[in-house]
Amino acid sequence: MGLFDIIGPVMIGPSSSHTAGAARLGRLVRKLAGQEIQEATLYLHGSFAATYRGHGTDKALIAGLLDLPPWDERLRGSFELAKKAGLRYRFVPTDLGEDAHPNTVRFDILCKDGSRHTVTGASVGGGQVEISEIDALRVRFTGERPIIVCRHHDHPGVIAAIAGLLYEARINIGNMQVDRSRETHLAQMYLEIDSFPPPGLEKEIKAIPGIQDAMILRPLEEEQVQ
Amino acid sequence: MTAKDCLEKAAGSSLGELALQLEEDAGTPREDALRKLDSMLTVMEAEVEHACHLPVYSISGLTGGDAYRYDQYRKEGGSLLGEIPALAATYALSASETNAAMGRIVACPTAGSCGILPACVLAVAKVRGIPREKVLLALAGAGLIGELIDEHASLAGAQGGCQAECGSAAAMAAGAIVEMLGGKPEMAFHGAAMAIKNQLGLVCDPVAGLVEIPCIKRNVGGTAIALSAADLALAGVESRIPFDDVVEAMDRVGKALPAALRETAGGGLATTKAGLAMKEKVYGKTE
Repeated sequence: MGLFDIIGPVMIGPSSSHTAGAARLGRLVRKLAGQEIQEATLYLHGSFAATYRGHGTDKALIAGLLDLPPWDERLRGSFELAKKAGLRYRFVPTDLGEDAHPNTVRFDILCKDGSRHTVTGASVGGGQVEISEIDALRVRFTGERPIIVCRHHDHPGVIAAIAGLLYEARINIGNMQVDRSRETHLAQMYLEIDSFPPPGLEKEIKAIPGIQDAMILRPLEEEQVQ
Repeated sequence: MTAKDCLEKAAGSSLGELALQLEEDAGTPREDALRKLDSMLTVMEAEVEHACHLPVYSISGLTGGDAYRYDQYRKEGGSLLGEIPALAATYALSASETNAAMGRIVACPTAGSCGILPACVLAVAKVRGIPREKVLLALAGAGLIGELIDEHASLAGAQGGCQAECGSAAAMAAGAIVEMLGGKPEMAFHGAAMAIKNQLGLVCDPVAGLVEIPCIKRNVGGTAIALSAADLALAGVESRIPFDDVVEAMDRVGKALPAALRETAGGGLATTKAGLAMKEKVYGKTE
């Protein structure tokens, strides 16, 4: 922890995990969508399900989906802003199972271009967040460093081909994890990288033989409070 | 890092300067860190006044209006406290009520304890006419004290109880006051240690699980403890138990607290008759 983990962040109250983290989580979903969201169903789990009204977690999540930063005073009036922006939403308290973090939300969203996505994430404390699933792909995305997620056929050479592309782009891998399913013979890989990927890298990865799906997630750049 | 290490490194300098040096070593230039602290100080200045001029109420409706009420009383000259403690009490109420009302605050170290450091620092700075640059350095020094507590104990109510939140905030505030008024780094750590000692074992028992009752008033209590601890330190009074040992005790005490008293709303004030009735008012009947 550094100085600004102790003094800060600047945020809208009352709770760093239930308000600031919720706003950041909503905003990460908005950034992943890369476009306006027209409809959202938010499944709230654990402590979020129990206390979301009292902590303004609902207002914070909607503010995030509208792309407001966690310190924006308009956060309190986010329901009105959603109405104006044409964002329809509903909250469903639910139980996502024992393994889910107590402050977890599953977002089912309909984007402006008609596409539908499901994103699951949690507010893990002190305003920090972690996305754990995007459209059935398991990830671990905190919004701090870029990550690459892909699903590929479980045979030799696929990972080497991706690593080769990263090497050519002079990108260092900070963290990686591979999981595979014996039934489907598909593997899922998650790479955290230390620098920004060049444009077109996602396309190049998708073109590697054996890759079924790939996605590059960029960090959430949060502007400083004015 | 320990307070002992900090005192060696800060010899002849101040805790604030050491904190900025450590940030610079980690990649944030001094000017950038000061600019960031300056923007946070601006937010603090607004939050400590926000709920004083008009009553401000929380979103749950359980709390609010007390910063306004107390400030009227203070301005009429009724306060038992001296000028600085009374102003700090007003400021702490305002910052905490602003937080509960979904206003903008600086978490320091947490949102629930956000009133203590700004209240103490800004009340002392206003009455004693401390220049802004010195206030920024005091905030940096307070941050360093918080970092040490985070490393050796905890800043989260869910882990260490309220001593981890309001206790840490009061320790940071005591250190900041000593630093602003020209006390040596040793004195700042004595002040911080005395502040923690006065809140050791304080439980986290929020009514309805919300950051309101008793958090708002514990922020006021935190300012009184921080100011008295800083005053003792400035007079040359030393904590017989050094800061590092006090924090180690805080860690052990926090771990010994039952889960019901660590932010779960399962005990303490949260499960009193009145506390449970308020919970029902906010969420309706459960079970």
